[in-house]
Amino acid sequence: MFPTRRRWLVATGLLLPTGLWLGVFLLAPLALVVQFSFATRDTGVARAVLPWTTRAYLTALDPAFLPIFGRTLAYAGATTALCLLLGFPLAWFIARHGGRYRTALLAAVLVPFWSSYLARIYAWKALLDGEGLVNRLLGLVGLDRDGGFLLTDGAVVVGLTYGFLPFMVLPLYVACERFDHRQVEASYDLGHGRVSTFARVVLPGVLPGVLAGSLLVLVPAAGDFVTPRLLGGVDQATFGSVIDDQFRGGNNWPLGSAMAVLLLVLVAVVLVARGRRGEDVL
Amino acid sequence: MNRRPWLLGGVAGLVLCFLYAPIAWLAAVSFNDSRSLSRITGLSTRWYAELFADDRVLESLGLTLRLAAASAAVSTVIGTLAAFGLRRAFPGRGLWTLLLSLPLVVPEVVLGVALLGFCVKLAGVPLGFGALLAAHVAFSLSFVVVVVRSRVAGLDHRLEEAAADLGASPLVAFRTVTMPLVAPAVAAGAAFAFLLSFDDVVTSSYLTGVGSTTLPVFVYAQASKRGVSPEIVALSTLMVAASAALLVAGVLLAGRRARASTFVEPNRDE
Repeated sequence: MFPTRRRWLVATGLLLPTGLWLGVFLLAPLALVVQFSFATRDTGVARAVLPWTTRAYLTALDPAFLPIFGRTLAYAGATTALCLLLGFPLAWFIARHGGRYRTALLAAVLVPFWSSYLARIYAWKALLDGEGLVNRLLGLVGLDRDGGFLLTDGAVVVGLTYGFLPFMVLPLYVACERFDHRQVEASYDLGHGRVSTFARVVLPGVLPGVLAGSLLVLVPAAGDFVTPRLLGGVDQATFGSVIDDQFRGGNNWPLGSAMAVLLLVLVAVVLVARGRRGEDVL
Repeated sequence: MNRRPWLLGGVAGLVLCFLYAPIAWLAAVSFNDSRSLSRITGLSTRWYAELFADDRVLESLGLTLRLAAASAAVSTVIGTLAAFGLRRAFPGRGLWTLLLSLPLVVPEVVLGVALLGFCVKLAGVPLGFGALLAAHVAFSLSFVVVVVRSRVAGLDHRLEEAAADLGASPLVAFRTVTMPLVAPAVAAGAAFAFLLSFDDVVTSSYLTGVGSTTLPVFVYAQASKRGVSPEIVALSTLMVAASAALLVAGVLLAGRRARASTFVEPNRDE
């Protein structure tokens, strides 16, 4: 009788369990973090002490934290770029030439991730250090480096790229699979070369996947603190590790919360800049 | 691009090598005689023996497996319902889509500290299994919804209408037509949710309670003091071997089913 109303009821009913879970275990805790970030002082287990103040934000925006901001952005940006560079050929190859092994190949991308993440990071540690395989192989062509590549920015970016590559490959694969390959033939027939075809036909066609994948890599790469700590050492503080320091041991929850809110704002800015174009893949 | 697939294939192969290099190294080192992860000195299976004798590792492995199974079950069920909820246009769908993609864009460290504050300060909930489950479902849900939703969106609604025309009740039509079509995506979503929960360090490290330490958190605590132990390397090797075996079995099974169906319906295309 009221088809729109009935449809609304059914849809809302189906969405309700998920909505409740996210409301209680995601939105409410995030609101609490915002409240914390305006608290005056809070050590450990006691309730946040009011009155409200913006002091935590003033501390967080102190120029002393600027290099940490910059480093976090640089790691996340470089990781996203590298994931795109490595992920695109793989996703395209699986979607175009995978044949009936497509699903299996896609699963093969995930198999290494069925092991401990930390063990894999430690494997990279072993591969990258002075006596490690990478350095010794590079030594054969005279490109080795004293002490290896551990505790460098490069090591952190390699580790992050390794850790988050599947989040790039999966949405890219979806986009490549949906892409109508006849457009490429048409572009060649119309006299475009490889570069021009890629820039004008392929890239716009798979853009939703590129945007979705970039977002899925950028966010965890900006928040991670385990990889920078293990592969970069103590001096390579990132946003994630500063937040972690403020909460673990209860050093300064308001400051940690303020930095968490800033990280969320940063992500929101990226989201808004992305617009709605990635939505049909994400 | 299609004209030189060997070049593309080569690049894709190199990327796969990048993904498998540390795994291969872990497998090699797990049979190493010494504790070192960077130098291989001799052959030994002692780390596997020590792994199966170490109660703490086995206990936290058990907890991690139970947690991952529970988290995957909850997020697959409610996430699949949500994916169906988003199938057709209705007032408020945009807001729901926004809410459902929120977990994808909240960094794990923020989710972890937020839930820590929530449990400790607001709800008075003890940390441990319950808190971990709440967090793991919260960050897995979106992946299930994304994966299942794309399959639901591609469903041919005429198949369901045909079932209804042939007298199937909505429930029967769902069970015999819709569900089999969506099942692969649901399975993929469940596998994804399991994997995300199973390997999570960052969020979990804030929410483990006394006597409920997940394996990744246990390994992280140990590793920051003494480095990763060869036992953990042996365990990782076993886990990868198991999942690779599952993958191969799946491929073989799918191949056999494909052959069987061509045998049963040889003239399908005519």
